[in-house]
Amino acid sequence: MSALTLTLREQPGCSLDMSLLSPHRLAGLEKAAVGALPLSGGNRRQRLSDLFDISGEDAQELVIVNSSKRLLGIGTGMTSGTIRIEGDAGDHLGENMHGGFIEVTGNAGHWTGSGMREGMILIAGDCGDFAGGALPGNRHGMRGGTLLVRGNSGDRTGDHLRRGCILVEGNSGAFCGSRMVAGTIAVLGQVGPRAGFAMQRGTLLLSETPEQLPPTLNDCGEHELGFLSLLMDSFAALSTRFADSGNSKNRVRRYVGDLAVNGKGELLVWV
Amino acid sequence: MIVNGTTIDNTFAEAFGMKATRVVITALNHRWARHAAQAMTGFATSVIGCGVEAGIENELPAGETPDGRPGVSVLMFGMSGKALGKQLEKRVSQCVLTSPTSAVFAGMCGEKCINLGRNVRFFGDGYQISKLIDGHRCWRIPVMDGEFIAEESTAYCSAVGGGNFLVLAESTQQALIACEAAIDAMQDIPNVIMPFPGGVVRSGSKVGSIYKALPASTNQAFCPTLKGMTRSHVPDDVESVLEIVINGLTDDDIRRAIRTGVDAVCALGAGQGIKRVSAGNYGGKLGQFHFHLREIMA
Repeated sequence: MSALTLTLREQPGCSLDMSLLSPHRLAGLEKAAVGALPLSGGNRRQRLSDLFDISGEDAQELVIVNSSKRLLGIGTGMTSGTIRIEGDAGDHLGENMHGGFIEVTGNAGHWTGSGMREGMILIAGDCGDFAGGALPGNRHGMRGGTLLVRGNSGDRTGDHLRRGCILVEGNSGAFCGSRMVAGTIAVLGQVGPRAGFAMQRGTLLLSETPEQLPPTLNDCGEHELGFLSLLMDSFAALSTRFADSGNSKNRVRRYVGDLAVNGKGELLVWV
Repeated sequence: MIVNGTTIDNTFAEAFGMKATRVVITALNHRWARHAAQAMTGFATSVIGCGVEAGIENELPAGETPDGRPGVSVLMFGMSGKALGKQLEKRVSQCVLTSPTSAVFAGMCGEKCINLGRNVRFFGDGYQISKLIDGHRCWRIPVMDGEFIAEESTAYCSAVGGGNFLVLAESTQQALIACEAAIDAMQDIPNVIMPFPGGVVRSGSKVGSIYKALPASTNQAFCPTLKGMTRSHVPDDVESVLEIVINGLTDDDIRRAIRTGVDAVCALGAGQGIKRVSAGNYGGKLGQFHFHLREIMA
């Protein structure tokens, strides 16, 4: 069976709710039934076939071609299978994802992977704000899985992160790892101001010391930390620059905090 | 059956079902990994008095351990998963946690698990950190030389304990030389340990005793000094009997170990004073596993 492929005919005039389009929801549906699925956009609903050309039948392997940042919530609640998004993806990509793999060849919007529990999201380009972060009113952001951003991520990356791993090969914006509860965020580029703000626990692993750290993150000095080799080995399978030997060393400067909230998180900077 | 002048008795070793686990201890170098492993497997010769039987399986090069450091693989055998788990936690907390630069990881996968670092983490007094890496939860416990890394749990499996063979020699020195040769040859075999000191035991036992409090006592049938007053299995020209006890993850592992060990003993042969090779059993009524020497050596 060939992959179920949805080709967007033209860029939509308004944002479309694509949260229905997850492999487990499409499993077993005939082509006509897939085409009849309703997509909400603005104040009206349209049939999927009104906007997309549909080909292929294997819903476990979903491909969205000519994708747009106006396609919101792709892969919401996904449990298995793969989604390949050729182009950009909108906000809420992979929200509450429970498994499977999402690949975006372009950029992704805000709240990517929010509430994600398992699986992996790979963004070839940049990612918006609150990547793996908590939605307003939610206590936790990502609760598992891996989010790999080959480009840059916006502000508040990993806000309220509870578990899982966010890897940013480029730069990350302000308040990276803010209010983290646990989990790991690693950034190869620079991070904006106030990284680790109000973090409770978890690990923020950086290749460069941020220009502006919260004053309530205290310096614990340089150390060899054995767990880093385990962590870096786990990244090796992801085909990421984190697996490069240059950053596989275990020696880091360790900052702990945020002491303003009695936090026991850590910000590690490779030395 | 006679091999190189040494008689292989037509008898069998009787072994029992046990539960086993494997852990991998790593450290800055092999020396310190061995220190931790030796401490952990000390006082672990017999479940009768030690609660667990344990030994070093082999040394692992840096490339074969979870954290890429030199390591040692340890096998531990108990009569139940619960007993095994209890001993494992005690030994990790007292012997591995305390050893400089050490870390401990699960050495086998499976559905049935026992705690490894799950409770040891509380030594961190709130400063311990959990990391879920590739589905394995590891605990980072701050200690005076940095951090002690302990995986949360390890699997255990059904295994076999009590495989054995006896070496009957003209003198104690000759018996010991033969046993040393056997242990040297058997040390390269995976999935087995010989839990007694140096792999050799001189106090072969039988079940029960004239003293009610004792579950086991000396096996007088193989005590040379009692030749004249018991139904002895020790011939006139034998002055010393030593035993090698083998625990393995499967009965095939034990068979392979017995074959290798007896081969090494027989290589010395009668010319070096090795008169007979026998095995310890309880009449075949107690243990599920029987290892017939002549079948194994055929």
